[in-house]
Amino acid sequence: MISPALLKFARYTAMRGVALLVTVCIGVYISVWIANMGGYVDNIRRSQITEGVGLSFRGNSLYQDMAPSDKQRLMDDEIERQVARLGLDKPFIGRSFNYLLDALTLSLGRSERMSSNTGSKDVKNILLERLPVTLVLFGTANLLTFFLGVFIALFLSRRYGSVLDRLSVAVAPTSAAPPWFYGIFLILIFASILGVLPYGGMLDAPVPLTGLGRALSMLKHMILPLMAWLMSTLAIGVYTRRTFFLVYSSEDYVELAKAKGLRSRTIERRYVLRPTLPTIVTQFAFTLIYAWQGAIITETVFSWPGLGRLLFQAIGMFETPVIIGSVVIFAYLLAISVFLLDIIYALIDPRVKLGAEGSQ
Amino acid sequence: MTKLLSSLFGTLKLYPTIIASSVIILGLVALSIYAVVAIPYDKAVSLWRGAEEIWIDTPRYAAPEWTNLFRRDKLPLTFTLYSDSENSVTTVGENSTETITEFTFTYDYKTFPREMNVFFDAQFDKRQPYIMIAWLTPDGREVSMFRGGIRSSHRYPISQDTSLTTHAPDQLPHVVLLADPASLKDAAAEPEVLPGEYTLRIRTLTFDEGSTVQSRFTVYGDVYGMAGTDHRRRDLMVALLWGTPIALLFGLFATIGTSILTFIIAAIGTWYGGWLDAAIQRITEVNLMLPFLPILIMVGTFYSRSIWLMLVVIIVLGIFTAAIKGYRAMFLQVKNSAYIEAARAYGASNMRIIFRYMIPKLVPVLVPTFVIGIPAFVFLEASLAVIGLGDPILPTWGKVLSDAYQGGALYRGYYYWVLEPAVLLMATGLAFAMLGFALDRVFNPRLRGI
Repeated sequence: MISPALLKFARYTAMRGVALLVTVCIGVYISVWIANMGGYVDNIRRSQITEGVGLSFRGNSLYQDMAPSDKQRLMDDEIERQVARLGLDKPFIGRSFNYLLDALTLSLGRSERMSSNTGSKDVKNILLERLPVTLVLFGTANLLTFFLGVFIALFLSRRYGSVLDRLSVAVAPTSAAPPWFYGIFLILIFASILGVLPYGGMLDAPVPLTGLGRALSMLKHMILPLMAWLMSTLAIGVYTRRTFFLVYSSEDYVELAKAKGLRSRTIERRYVLRPTLPTIVTQFAFTLIYAWQGAIITETVFSWPGLGRLLFQAIGMFETPVIIGSVVIFAYLLAISVFLLDIIYALIDPRVKLGAEGSQ
Repeated sequence: MTKLLSSLFGTLKLYPTIIASSVIILGLVALSIYAVVAIPYDKAVSLWRGAEEIWIDTPRYAAPEWTNLFRRDKLPLTFTLYSDSENSVTTVGENSTETITEFTFTYDYKTFPREMNVFFDAQFDKRQPYIMIAWLTPDGREVSMFRGGIRSSHRYPISQDTSLTTHAPDQLPHVVLLADPASLKDAAAEPEVLPGEYTLRIRTLTFDEGSTVQSRFTVYGDVYGMAGTDHRRRDLMVALLWGTPIALLFGLFATIGTSILTFIIAAIGTWYGGWLDAAIQRITEVNLMLPFLPILIMVGTFYSRSIWLMLVVIIVLGIFTAAIKGYRAMFLQVKNSAYIEAARAYGASNMRIIFRYMIPKLVPVLVPTFVIGIPAFVFLEASLAVIGLGDPILPTWGKVLSDAYQGGALYRGYYYWVLEPAVLLMATGLAFAMLGFALDRVFNPRLRGI
């Protein structure tokens, strides 16, 4: 016997999952259209066909003694046939759905100039190799901002009106500048002038041999990007949450709890944090959406070898499949992080379990 | 009237940040107007795209002149001396005209300049003018340099004239000219500057009637102008000045485009409700999840990097954002209020209700968000430039920052190159953000206690 609450939870999660999948499909479909207005996706396909045909002809001993011009004609015929088979000579709308499927599965063929560290030229491998590198840095950065933000905000709302509290209001506008901008200043101070931290990159050269050495080297390279991230995102996060907590701490039930003589820690946890948590999680989802994209430029400035820097390099080399692939993988990244937060939301918001969604 | 004014100033006094940020913003607006008036658009673009011919009188990677204020040993300034009636004496002879131009300057820096050049612009019909150049040092030596005919546009690169370095072959020609001869004797020692007054004397002989020669002498120091120069010898002042109106307009247009359209669409959707509202909700949910920046990058790479195309894409993708949900919640309250009911009762049209009654009611909420939104777009332009998608033609702060970054300014110590655009960006961003936060408190008194 499954409890009705669990059933509701499962239904909610499944609904959100489907909704997000549809969203990803729409996003990727739009990207396919944008990319193909200049024929870029078609070109990827064409070059794949040409390469495949060329390979099959070179490998086949039947064609070895043939005159080059005849061989070329046969190759052209074969390419023509495959182009027709894929419908490349027909209107785009029919193909667009095939492309959507290809893009969603990241089967974007091979890159022209770029390759992964393992030497693969497969776009999927290139992208997936960079994914964990980005996740390590920006996962840490976002979790750090989130938890630090909540704790500092709680701390300040407890000391409303103190010097620190007023300072937090005063510095909130500094969040107007993005992380990479602070990154430049940090590099200038800590790398150029003081020379104590590296300019960028992920590991020292030569790469340390031991696992511990590598981890320490990576930590050292993460300090400046993390600092830049905190400088840009923490102030505004603290400010909005502090205001939010203050509004909630003036609710009647909090006053009642105070009157009952509950300890302030208990009040904070049960009567302030608990009811505001779903909203905070939703806000965090929005922040994450912007954060993943902010990673692109931050990685570029710090030469952090993740997806963002890959995209930057792909722009420089005009590597179409990698650029389209990046859009797809960022779409996935956004959807998956929102989905995870949706699950957390469902776990902490009693309304989901009670099935009160419809009563808005 | 005076009472109203004094109460207004009374309110302003409570918010010193409003005054401070308004002063910065007004300063930026003044700077923009000055930029547009002083350097017309076409000139700014041609200067910024300029080839070597335009920036021939400036050194590469020169720091701004004011950095000398912080140095004990001043770095040599960059300067150019032009021939005019004051420094030239002309005597008309029988079949030739002789002009002697003397460029006199004091050189008392500790270090040598990077380069020295003499340029000539000559006008003649048949016979080339003849030039003889001499260098007079403070200790009374006279070094003869170039002599010969010149073309209509001629350059004599002093720093490449190896005939000057016969007695000190390890040194650069312009170093030999400015050095204390005693310090040159020992090849191992560093040459030292002989401080004092130097003169470059140019004797010009012209033969055709009406033939003239204009000359100019340029010493390329380590510092130049108010803003310094970049890797292509361009005066950064052009980009810093012109970057101001571009940044302000870009931020303003993008914010107007997104926040105001968002606001109006939210109002219309809430008022009509039904399928229109539902459609707006669904579009917003999808649009929220679109990878905005990667799509922008894709458009920039595949189509055009023009700042105006970017602006259009930013606005299109920026309308259906999270803000629409917030506005919708507020409009729903307004929609159910009594005065809207009254408007309906007297038969006001839908449009009248939306634009005369609903939207004005929530303008106080819009104004601060509008102002806070501006820096995000100013920085977005810079962000795009940093990843190599800056406008190919326009001089912007982001382009300077991106050039500096690509040129390794941080590794090579050209800090001015990074700091100048960064400080301007920061000032703009902070001014608007501070103003927005303060306005938020003025317009939304609920926050004032908090």
